[in-house]
Amino acid sequence: MIPAEFKYLFPSTVDEAVRMLAEEGEDAKVIAGGQSLVPVLRMRLAAPTALIDIGGLTELTGVRDDGDSLLIGAMTTHYEVQRDHLVQDHALLLRLVTDTIADPQIRHRGTFGGSLCHADPAGDLLAPVLALDAVMIIAGPSGRREVPAAEFFVDYFTTALAADEILVDVRVPKYTGWGAHYEKLNRVAQAWSIVAVAAAVQVRDGTISAARVGLTNVGSGPVRATGVEEALIGQPPSSEAISEAALRASSGDGYKDNLARVLTGRALTAAVAG
Amino acid sequence: MHISVNVDGVTYADEVEPRLLLVHYLRERLSKTGTVVGCDTGNCGACTVHLDGHSVKSCQMLAVQANGHEVTTIEGLARDGKLHPVQEAFRSNHALQCGFCTPGMIMQAIDLLADESDPDDETVRKGLEGNLCRCTGYQNIVRAVQDAAQRMKPGAGPKQEQHSDEHVSSKQPVGGE
Repeated sequence: MIPAEFKYLFPSTVDEAVRMLAEEGEDAKVIAGGQSLVPVLRMRLAAPTALIDIGGLTELTGVRDDGDSLLIGAMTTHYEVQRDHLVQDHALLLRLVTDTIADPQIRHRGTFGGSLCHADPAGDLLAPVLALDAVMIIAGPSGRREVPAAEFFVDYFTTALAADEILVDVRVPKYTGWGAHYEKLNRVAQAWSIVAVAAAVQVRDGTISAARVGLTNVGSGPVRATGVEEALIGQPPSSEAISEAALRASSGDGYKDNLARVLTGRALTAAVAG
Repeated sequence: MHISVNVDGVTYADEVEPRLLLVHYLRERLSKTGTVVGCDTGNCGACTVHLDGHSVKSCQMLAVQANGHEVTTIEGLARDGKLHPVQEAFRSNHALQCGFCTPGMIMQAIDLLADESDPDDETVRKGLEGNLCRCTGYQNIVRAVQDAAQRMKPGAGPKQEQHSDEHVSSKQPVGGE
């Protein structure tokens, strides 16, 4: 199908983009890589009156070292994240997750920030960003504000972003030397996760000293498996300890609850091995 | 909106509606019908082209987003009447049945080989994850991509890359004249 008509704007700075959003009102929409938005426009699930294309904002591209954390520009493509040495060294989980997003063509266009703002509960980046305690840096008419991931994801396709705000950077604390794994269950190539588990584990002197576990597509947003994380601390990275902890990924008896427990076990096993 | 796009080496300046999709611009305005529309939903990859050297699905992009960029389609691969090595490999390995997915498969295979010069079976299959073949001709497609890798590998020499040898030999001086 053909999208409905809209006005197209191409700002060259973040400030200009924010001003345009304010001027165009609630029915304007930001387009980043467009890999989720263009299909939505084509199916006419949305018909914004104006599209503000932030594809020209090079200031939002790339990964920077910021001391104890990394700053990932919102317009950094998945392809760039996959190949970034800072991400590889300090946020391995994000690289492993990004490797599994959609397909190569979509990873060339789709962006890190765009995926987070779209907030599809089956989107792969939400759970790891939540589990890694990332912070969203948001630009709006009255300047910048920071929102922790735990407050950013509000509901299905809904974030804490106001209509006149733009996500500019994501601050991810460094997890240097942590083992990580993303265990994703889907039926066919390029399908969304039925359930997936993002796990990062720090092992020191034969003991798990810290763990981060996030679940994809088990609710209206990403879920942090804090019970699993707590159960792992102080344990040896053994299959018994992992099996025991993984039981706490979900307490229900539904299909997805079972998947969450099984996949958490697999994710942790691979994470402590790597 | 006014756009300027380089497609297959030629720069086009055009007035387009912002909602025009890149694939429709290529097919309907530039008559580049080698790029096809398959699923219309971003799954099948038949519409794959290169944008600034990287593969993208042209049905998932607006033409205005290509403003100021360089697009390569399947029609821009052949040189001087000779097929690209990946096209030649698809032909000699029978990597197409109906041929509908082929333009996208070839564009994605070229992208894959730019990152992976000698991919194993698994790497090819992962690299073509975003391209569907309804004839289920994947075996020969994988074979063709690996064959193309050999044709294009460093040191393969002009002979390997000069797939249409008859064109070359016919230009050789024939002595005695």
